[in-house]
Amino acid sequence: MNLTLKIWRQKNANDKGSMVDYQISDVSPDMSFLEMLDVLNEDLITKDEEPVAFDHDCREGICGMCSLHINGEPHGPDKGITTCQLHMRSFKNGDTIYIEPFRAKAFPIIKDLIVDRSAFERIQQSGGYVSVNTSGNTQDANAIPVPKEDADMAFDAATCIGCGACVAACKNSSAMLFTSAKVSQFALLPQGKVEAKKRVQDMVAQMDAEGFGNCSNTGACEAECPKGISLENIARLNRELIKAKTAVKH
Amino acid sequence: MSKSGLFKSSIGRKLAMALSALFLMIFLLQHLFINLTAVFSEDAFNELSHFMGTNPLVQFVAQPILIFAVVFHFVMGMYLEMKNRAARPIAYKKVNGAANSTWMSRNMAISGLVILAFLVLHFIDFWVPEINHKYIAMAPEDPTRYYGELLHKFSNPARVVAYIVAFGLLALHLLHGFGSAFQSMGQNNKYIDGLKKFGVFYSIVVPLGFILIAIALYVTGLK
Ligand code: SF4
Ligand code: FES
Repeated sequence: MNLTLKIWRQKNANDKGSMVDYQISDVSPDMSFLEMLDVLNEDLITKDEEPVAFDHDCREGICGMCSLHINGEPHGPDKGITTCQLHMRSFKNGDTIYIEPFRAKAFPIIKDLIVDRSAFERIQQSGGYVSVNTSGNTQDANAIPVPKEDADMAFDAATCIGCGACVAACKNSSAMLFTSAKVSQFALLPQGKVEAKKRVQDMVAQMDAEGFGNCSNTGACEAECPKGISLENIARLNRELIKAKTAVKH
Repeated sequence: MSKSGLFKSSIGRKLAMALSALFLMIFLLQHLFINLTAVFSEDAFNELSHFMGTNPLVQFVAQPILIFAVVFHFVMGMYLEMKNRAARPIAYKKVNGAANSTWMSRNMAISGLVILAFLVLHFIDFWVPEINHKYIAMAPEDPTRYYGELLHKFSNPARVVAYIVAFGLLALHLLHGFGSAFQSMGQNNKYIDGLKKFGVFYSIVVPLGFILIAIALYVTGLK
């Protein structure tokens, strides 16, 4: 099939950037979206033009590196997948496809479609861990009983791959779904209880400091999340923070 | 470092939005109830209005709290809206919002501003004359005056239309806001589905009630 691509081109962080049109032909419906971009880039290289810079790594939906806002949605029109799992069969011959970077003040553009998502790392570093004594007497994790339901919910939260689609989809550029997943995966487990109060406060403070917007519960994040992270996690995050902030200090 | 107050955090602020909203939603029920009496009994409406208009607790405690809640909900809402806009300085060229969220949820600021415009009108219409009557002109209280004043106001079709538009938008505002308030308070559990269903019922029935009463009063005035 033949397609018109409208792609955001921006030389570097300081460049103003603009949308540039490209025609691409003979695209197979079996290609993945990223393969289609690979073909475009080979073409650009042979023409001695600068290839389009975009993020990718595993190309199998597990690393969270691929991004892209495609036709008005992060990761394109299909639900529950990353961009590397999107295939060209989701488009029709003659389609025009808008390809933009994830947009948020907290995700500054590095080049073209690549954005800096290290704000997520800093949120994670501020509290997204459990302290474990590794002195050699480490207790077997299985020795601590965890109710099945809690274990399942914690596991679901832990499937977040930190892709940033939730931020990209949110009209407020809020990072609540990501942060709530990272808080929930520990809040539900006995191992996470010890540092629970400090964790939620530090992570929310870091999230706010990074310049993400405020959640207004539109649910766009949940709808666009490739891993199906649920809004329940945001409610839990709210609860955890309210609990931590209103707790009587001893 | 992060031990700062709850209401300085993004989550605390949305909790504050939810709590003020909850208060306003309860107030709305009470207002609807009083309006409803106007349709069924002139005397009951006069009696209730006289009570609300002269009881010092209502006048000097409840009323200031209400005004504060409205102003707070508006100011905080606008502040958050501005912060949220600033969180995405460069807009997408193409956004398919309908693919992941409802129109109501994305346009709370718009429906909110229309409701606010209506409230200003409503204040000029009812509150300012009331305050003038009671506290400035110091006119003698006539406990039977309210119903006649009300009918007179609703004889103007433009006012009835403004009511319909404003309460239509209030319904949209509530359709997102009701469930959203509970989510913000951290309630997303086994009760949330029932609560959300009740929220939809509330969001449609309450504004519709105000609209129907406005129309009923207009029709009564025609006779
Ligand atoms: S919550 Fe979902 S959309 Fe957000 S970063 Fe995690 S996997 Fe991506
Ligand atoms: S490239 Fe790893 S998830 Fe898409």
